[in-house]
Amino acid sequence: MSDAAIELRGISKAFGPVQANKDISIRVMPGTIHGIIGENGAGKSTLMSILYGFYKADAGEIFINGEQTTIPDSQAAIRAGIGMVFQHFKLVRNFSVVENIILGAEDGALLQPSITKARKSLKQLAEEYELNVDPDALIEDLSVGHRQRVEILKALYREADILILDEPTGVLTPAEADQLFRILERLKAEGKTIILITHKLREIMHITDTVSVMRRGEMTATVKTAETNPQELAELMVGRKVLLNVDKAPAQPGAPVLEVEGLSVHDGDGVQRLKGVSLNVRAGEILGIAGVAGNGQTELLEVLGGMMRGTGNVRLNGDEIDLTGKYSDGQSRRARGISHVPEERQDEGLILEFAAWENVAFGYHHDPDYQRNAMFMNNAAIRAETAAKMERFDVRPPITNLAARNFSGGNQQKIVLAREIERNPDLLLVGQPTRGVDIGAIEFIHKRIVELRDAGKAILLVSVELDEIMSLSDRIAVMFDGQIMGERLPGETDEKELGLLMAGITGDAA
Amino acid sequence: MERMPRWADIVLIPLVSLIVAFMLSGLMILATGEDPMTAATTMIQGALGSTYGWGYTLYYATNFLFTGLAVAVAFHAGLFNIGGEGQATLGGLGVALVCLALPWPHWTLAIVFAALGGAVFGAAWAAIPAYLQAKRDSHIVITTIMFNFIAAAVLNYVLVNLLRPAGSMDPASAKFPEGTNLPTLHEILAVVGIPFSKSPPANVSLFLALGACVAVWALIWRTRIGFEMRSFGKSPRAADYAGISTTKITMIAMLISGGLAGMMAVNSVMGESERLVLNSVEGAGFIGIAVALMGRNHPFGILIAAVLFGFLYQGGAELGLWTKIPREMVIVIQALVILFTGALDNMVRWPLERLFLSVGKGDR
Amino acid sequence: MDFLELLQVLDSSLRLAIPLLLACLAGLFSERAGIFDIGLEGKMLGAAMMAAAIAAITGNVWLGLLAGIFASVVLAGIHGLASITFRGDQLISGVAINFLAAGLTVVVAQDWFAQGGRTPSLDGAARFNPIELPFAIGPSDAAETGRRLNELIAEASPIQQVYSELISGHTLLVYLALLAVPLSWWVLYRTRFGLRLRAVGEAPEAVDTAGISVIRLRFVAVILCGVLCGIAGAYLSTALLGGFVKDMTAGRGFIALAALIFAKWRPWYALSATLLFGFLQAVVVRYQNVEVGNFTVPVQFMDALPYILTVVILAGFVGKAVPPRAGGQPYVKER
Repeated sequence: MSDAAIELRGISKAFGPVQANKDISIRVMPGTIHGIIGENGAGKSTLMSILYGFYKADAGEIFINGEQTTIPDSQAAIRAGIGMVFQHFKLVRNFSVVENIILGAEDGALLQPSITKARKSLKQLAEEYELNVDPDALIEDLSVGHRQRVEILKALYREADILILDEPTGVLTPAEADQLFRILERLKAEGKTIILITHKLREIMHITDTVSVMRRGEMTATVKTAETNPQELAELMVGRKVLLNVDKAPAQPGAPVLEVEGLSVHDGDGVQRLKGVSLNVRAGEILGIAGVAGNGQTELLEVLGGMMRGTGNVRLNGDEIDLTGKYSDGQSRRARGISHVPEERQDEGLILEFAAWENVAFGYHHDPDYQRNAMFMNNAAIRAETAAKMERFDVRPPITNLAARNFSGGNQQKIVLAREIERNPDLLLVGQPTRGVDIGAIEFIHKRIVELRDAGKAILLVSVELDEIMSLSDRIAVMFDGQIMGERLPGETDEKELGLLMAGITGDAA
Repeated sequence: MERMPRWADIVLIPLVSLIVAFMLSGLMILATGEDPMTAATTMIQGALGSTYGWGYTLYYATNFLFTGLAVAVAFHAGLFNIGGEGQATLGGLGVALVCLALPWPHWTLAIVFAALGGAVFGAAWAAIPAYLQAKRDSHIVITTIMFNFIAAAVLNYVLVNLLRPAGSMDPASAKFPEGTNLPTLHEILAVVGIPFSKSPPANVSLFLALGACVAVWALIWRTRIGFEMRSFGKSPRAADYAGISTTKITMIAMLISGGLAGMMAVNSVMGESERLVLNSVEGAGFIGIAVALMGRNHPFGILIAAVLFGFLYQGGAELGLWTKIPREMVIVIQALVILFTGALDNMVRWPLERLFLSVGKGDR
Repeated sequence: MDFLELLQVLDSSLRLAIPLLLACLAGLFSERAGIFDIGLEGKMLGAAMMAAAIAAITGNVWLGLLAGIFASVVLAGIHGLASITFRGDQLISGVAINFLAAGLTVVVAQDWFAQGGRTPSLDGAARFNPIELPFAIGPSDAAETGRRLNELIAEASPIQQVYSELISGHTLLVYLALLAVPLSWWVLYRTRFGLRLRAVGEAPEAVDTAGISVIRLRFVAVILCGVLCGIAGAYLSTALLGGFVKDMTAGRGFIALAALIFAKWRPWYALSATLLFGFLQAVVVRYQNVEVGNFTVPVQFMDALPYILTVVILAGFVGKAVPPRAGGQPYVKER
């Protein structure tokens, strides 16, 4: 048996009381693509950070090409031939591509020789692996897909034999993802070893040779991809049979609640994020927006929720909504009966330092029930209401004084939902309702959203999880590049068709 | 997640930091060939050993209360107002203009309008950096520093060219009219029969400062605007989501902050010098940063920290008077206190956190 | 104002700009690496005292310069410890350092010399003296001819006037400081160190994942800042003036900070910004009040002008100044 390119034996790592990795062992043969799959928080990234010298393992051994190695820092990882492409790119945005490539891998104290060498090398790599990028372009001017290429080039320039990619397709369109996979195949053919970390089953099935499944810090199985199937992997990931379908009655839509016509939004840099979006959501209906992250879904929620300004025509229950003026802020939206569960729970939906009761008042702190008089707030009333809400939403632990930071992801999300849903809004905007939430809470959250729909409310759901969109929506609109590519009914479409739309390819062209 | 108990964060860490700072100060005094214990007793005797000492300590503490509260209010809204110095300078101008404007019949009337004048001028001086931060994204730390220097120039110009009485060489305003003279602690305490030294400048402004403490506490933790300020301070993005206006919060927080800094002049300009002089602020704006830091931005903590710094100021003056240690030694001690309670906070915090963590584990 | 008078103003502008320039470049290295530094003032002050003190004791200005640099580097080290190692607030650390220097300089000077917190005045080899460039009209010519230097220069041709009045006759540190501008540019944009320095101020995570120590790099930058501030402070007390007096930096550290923003964190711009601010100071020193038409510009306005200009720049009405992206943030590793 030949030596593995990478072998980990009994790796353990704890952060305080949290066991992020528990006795993990893994063998990856050279020239193969190995997938590591698991839910958010399963410990995949921690494991790879240990391999890249970011964290020191509490216990365990690392072997590279059969030799025991210690990796105290990233420099050691690079020397051992490991390259890493992070989920959030580690690039200097106002540097050129070539400057980013040589950073940390310069030859000598002067820059010029390194730059000359890197230019030549970039040209070679571009030919060899179809990795074309303009060496003099600034990173901030490049598309996301190209930035990722720069990251891969960085690793290759450092002569990495082992390439780790952490959730590489999260920000890519399906077309860009396919391109990435072609590059990975090419690298594999050249004898490179690739580790692909993802939570997307499709990618694992599509490209890997072997796959390891992680759950709650433990490695639950390592199998040959050819000998498994998505259902089995999904079960291994979550530890029990997955209910891919939400139990819900057919929708009984009423009158349109939200009508959007020609909505356009520019971001702070002047880039147009929404390009004339039109859609409507009726009472008693969930409209799901599918799409790769970064195609305007965030902006759609934000402009409707009053966090961005836009142009166009938006009506709620037939009445115009202010998109630019004095009444285009979140307060005015709430007053109009729009509730908003934002995509970024920890950065937007909650203030982590605030106690649960303060978070329950957050955004609704102008509510007359929360005031003692014209000047002072009635904190006791808010606390009492919070206690009741926490009970109804089964938030654990049910302590109103506990800071939001100290709740788990699922319980944090329940606090946000309790606040927004119980306002009984006409329209609920929901972004990534179950991101980073454990499976038990997911079911609970889905049930509550469906209940609100059944109460005759309109719901606009944005999620990058296609499964969630498919199972929860009554209608699906697909966004690409700030536009709606088309609408489908969940029963009459499949992931393949939606995938094409998400890549900007409409039915006729495909 | 295991965390330190709250009392350790609020009491233990500042206390340990303070002890480290004092020990280092002691070493420095030792290095100058003086005895740290003598120095300490001189300071304690001089600042707290008599009603005379207390009178000065409380006078300084009053200044620091205003500037400390000013820093804290801005800080709760996530703004670092390093411009207390300039705002207090302008506040002095406001107080002086009010005092000189009318032949005030009685101090009770004068103090209301003088406080208002000081607050308005201080707030106005904070308004421009606040507006630039909110609308033009100009770093408020830098702009408020710049405004400190501009304030000094403005005051200099006004004193030399406008307020200086004819024939006077001194860059100072005329003496304020009789009716603006504030009752000193001596006079106030005499009413209830408590003897208190006649000479120190501590005056009725102390009670104004204490009132400001209560008002700030209520503002931050009991009002809607305080709720919004804290929300914005902790997470500007979340505040945006909640529909809290960046401009509104930045402006309100800085206006209140500048107003508090400006009101300091009631104590120093109206209460003590009874005319406007150059550099009446004497670094109190900067000390406010240390006071707010030590007091963990809580009015009660600020009260304690302000008295501590008042003690340092007065004790330092005594040090310069009775020993060979120059009074600048106190600036060194202040610097060390700021350094250890502020910038080097983690140097004390991390080991203590680890200590609590290991003790916590042992319990289970 | 005649030509010679203009030259004289420019000459003193240059002299006054030098400490600003050195401190500005110091801040440039620190802030480009992501460490904000409002403690330039304190470091300069500490260096000014130590330089003058050691020069007075040893009679050797070079030892004084070294001591000044040492003092400034120690203060820079404290700033590094607070803001890099212990991830403290960089602004608060800067405030503390300014106070520390303001107090310690007087305490130490008083302890050593007992002259009310000042150092003895320096002369001869204990201070930097003007260098007379070849062919320039200088004090030696004045001594030879027995006439006043001013008269000699006034009689010379305009080119000779520029050369003698403006270019010649400065201390060595002036020429060194001017040389530091192209050198800083070269280091920043043409060397490996410069590339990494600029990167660590923009995206420390990129530097870290490239296997370079963020902590070491930032410390080097902070120490470099200390060295340059040290020279700036030493210049004040051993070249511009002959001795240390209490608070002799008089806000120069903050003007340098303003110049740094004005210069948008670039070396050549730093030179122009500090020359401009030096010119403003020189005008104040020479004229007190400036007449513009019938209107008298008060001296206080000239004093405040650097700060006002910086606020205008910060407000983005005239070209936006964008600080290094990672500036002011302690670096914490994250996945």
